[in-house]
Amino acid sequence: MIRFDAVTKTYPGGTTAVDGLTLEAPTGQITVLVGPSGCGKTTSLRMVNRMIEPTSGTISIDGRDTASMDPATLRRGIGYVIQHGGLFPHHTIERNIATVPLLLGTDKSTAYARARELLERVGLPQSLAKRYPAQLSGGQQQRVGVARALAADPPVMLMDEPFSAVDPVVRTQLQAEFLRLQRDLGKTILFVTHDIDEAITLGDQVAVLRVGGHLAQMASPSELLAHPADDFVADFVGRDRGYRALSFVDGVLPALAEPTVAVGDSAELARERAIDGWVLVTDDERPLGWYAVGSPGDQVTAERLALGGTLARQGGTLRAALDSALSAPSGRGVVVTDEGKLAGTLTAAAVIEVIEQQRTGRDRAPAVQDDPSAEPRIQHSPGGESP
Amino acid sequence: MTWIQDHLGLIGSLAVRHAVLAGIPLLLGLVVSLPLGWLAHRYRRLAPVALAGTGLLYTIPSLALFILMPLLLGTKILNPINVVAAMTIYTIALLVRTVVDGLDSVPKDVDAAALAMGLTGLRRLLGVQLPLAIPVIAAGLRVAAVSNVSIVSVASIIGVSQLGDLLVDGYNRDIPGALWAGIIGCLALALLFDIVIQVVARLLTPWRASTKPAAAGAPA
Amino acid sequence: MITSIWAWLRDPAHWSGADGIPTRLAEHLGYTAIVMVLAAAIALPLGLYVGHSGRARWLITAANAARAVPTLGLLFALSLWLGPKLSGDLAFSAPSIIVLVLLAIPPLLAGAYAGVEAVDPAARDAAKGMGMQPAQVLRSVELPVALPLLLSGVRAALLQVIATATIAAYVGLGGLGRYLIDGLATGDYAATAGGALLVAGLALAADLLLAALTRAVVSPGLTGKYRGADGVDIPGRTDVAFER
Repeated sequence: MIRFDAVTKTYPGGTTAVDGLTLEAPTGQITVLVGPSGCGKTTSLRMVNRMIEPTSGTISIDGRDTASMDPATLRRGIGYVIQHGGLFPHHTIERNIATVPLLLGTDKSTAYARARELLERVGLPQSLAKRYPAQLSGGQQQRVGVARALAADPPVMLMDEPFSAVDPVVRTQLQAEFLRLQRDLGKTILFVTHDIDEAITLGDQVAVLRVGGHLAQMASPSELLAHPADDFVADFVGRDRGYRALSFVDGVLPALAEPTVAVGDSAELARERAIDGWVLVTDDERPLGWYAVGSPGDQVTAERLALGGTLARQGGTLRAALDSALSAPSGRGVVVTDEGKLAGTLTAAAVIEVIEQQRTGRDRAPAVQDDPSAEPRIQHSPGGESP
Repeated sequence: MTWIQDHLGLIGSLAVRHAVLAGIPLLLGLVVSLPLGWLAHRYRRLAPVALAGTGLLYTIPSLALFILMPLLLGTKILNPINVVAAMTIYTIALLVRTVVDGLDSVPKDVDAAALAMGLTGLRRLLGVQLPLAIPVIAAGLRVAAVSNVSIVSVASIIGVSQLGDLLVDGYNRDIPGALWAGIIGCLALALLFDIVIQVVARLLTPWRASTKPAAAGAPA
Repeated sequence: MITSIWAWLRDPAHWSGADGIPTRLAEHLGYTAIVMVLAAAIALPLGLYVGHSGRARWLITAANAARAVPTLGLLFALSLWLGPKLSGDLAFSAPSIIVLVLLAIPPLLAGAYAGVEAVDPAARDAAKGMGMQPAQVLRSVELPVALPLLLSGVRAALLQVIATATIAAYVGLGGLGRYLIDGLATGDYAATAGGALLVAGLALAADLLLAALTRAVVSPGLTGKYRGADGVDIPGRTDVAFER
């Protein structure tokens, strides 16, 4: 746990960057600091590893006051990811990733082996290990930046706008993969961004800071959207926060069982099982596509399947579920488990019903708060997976 | 100082010779470097060859090059052509890279727009690329000008006269006044060249009138 | 003409003794080495400091402006002023050495400064943030990344020293310049041109050696051999301007 206790940072010129900040970033969770430029979010982050020294107040990690520790030692125990990657251009990718382990005295072969492992972990092929940063795209460099921060397996990570410098498509992809990674690793992460969408997508809790370094509100994303503490937060979160709220689902989507057929089954069987003229074709429980009753031929064949329609994950967002329902030719959106197996289908009307329920009954704490690994989280499907 | 006052005529005529020996190579070098630099910019594979080749020429020390020029040109050692030719070689060595950098500095979208509007070949080069490359080329020219003015004075050692004569005489005959006149004359000439190039570049790029002069690679 | 130069170069008499080519070459290399070590000891730490701290940038500006002073004038002025104050060989060599050091400083300073200044602030921040001590940041990030520009400054300084040491023969310094100056004085063009060829050869050899050294010690990640994600680099050195 990272704890800020009445932390203030005043610069010699008299500007106050952070003003009496008190907050806790719980162990194993992602805490996002978000706010307009000049709100002191980056300053706050950089005070944790003492890149900036606080003027007053204390910052502790798991109960240890950081001021009492040697800065270099402190930093080696904290993963640090910054906006432009900050990769060392003269070092190979594996040497970059191995930086902290080598600083800590790990022998080279162990450190490099670990670096290659981490490359795969962040979704890059091991073949990139011997390349140099200039040979990688911006998105790849950011992944290497994350791998480098993970190299010494620090319990705590500081991330300063790590995905801001890449294009929106890549950013979405990086965010999704980052969440998947975090589900496995359970690091204590302090994450800075100016992008409220990113904050809501990634944060277990979000701290909104206002200019001058005051904490405006600290809450879970859904709580923030439903009950902004004041006009500033409401304004910052935006008018389309109702739409943003679709990013959450309390519990599991109410999918209904859907009869299926397999490729090679007779057209007769398909007609028997079809609902409203469409039947879902699966292979080993994985959805392949929709078969329209009355298609030519007496067998269900792969060529006859209507493709299109995105898949919604069981614990995914309401937005994805609605998209899935509206894009399916049958009007029934396909919901799959995290393993990609069929969980059932649901109609647009059913999704809207869930939205209505959430709107009225949103006083209890959202399910995602306590243990992010147990509770299904948002899953973006980049590019839209087609059954 | 009285020495300088007594010899203003001599100083003036030597300064004119110095300006010619340093200035002509600047113009010749620019004329040769523009097509060379354009070729290296246009055909990227040529760039390393052109840059390495001209770079090697630049490594030859000035006194050695002055002395070796007659071998290449068949001239007499005292012929000022030797100095002009050697200085032209140095100028080209400096400017080819500058021209490549200058053409590279033309914003890609501007160049693409010119292409899209149907400007081709020479018209795109003269109408769009070259004018936009002027600030960078001018900065390189300023470096070459200051360098040329200093190097030309070495030619006095081989007997080609210009302001360097004052340095040599001042040293040989122990006349501090002459030595100072030579040094100050060279500095003044370098400053004059620098100002002329900046003014010409400014006149050629009226759209940059309100902005600061290009600083890239320029002698401060 | 060419045959007489060739004959001069091949004459065994010119390959031994106090005025022999090996001796003169050794002298030239010796002066160059002394000057480079002295100049580097002054300029490199200074340039690294200015680039690292961003303080005292006027030093770079001043050093660049000082380049407009004609080398010949500087050489003569210092010899005239300092020569009579010294005795023996020192009267000839010391002023020259000082001038050569002064001339070598600006390119070295500019190269070291530009190199460190070119280090991506994000890389520096990351290095510090990962727990490197200031000395480690300098040694394993700033210096290696600064190396291409720093070495280009070394190259410029080295060539300038070799060139100006030749001219310094006029004020009594030894080295290969003796053949040029003495040859010109006695009208012996074969000796003059032979010496000029030797000097040119020495400069080319030094340049190639330094290019090879650069290739050996600079990380391939920095040479622009690889294309970046955006932007195309011209392969080869980034040069620091210098004079002959």
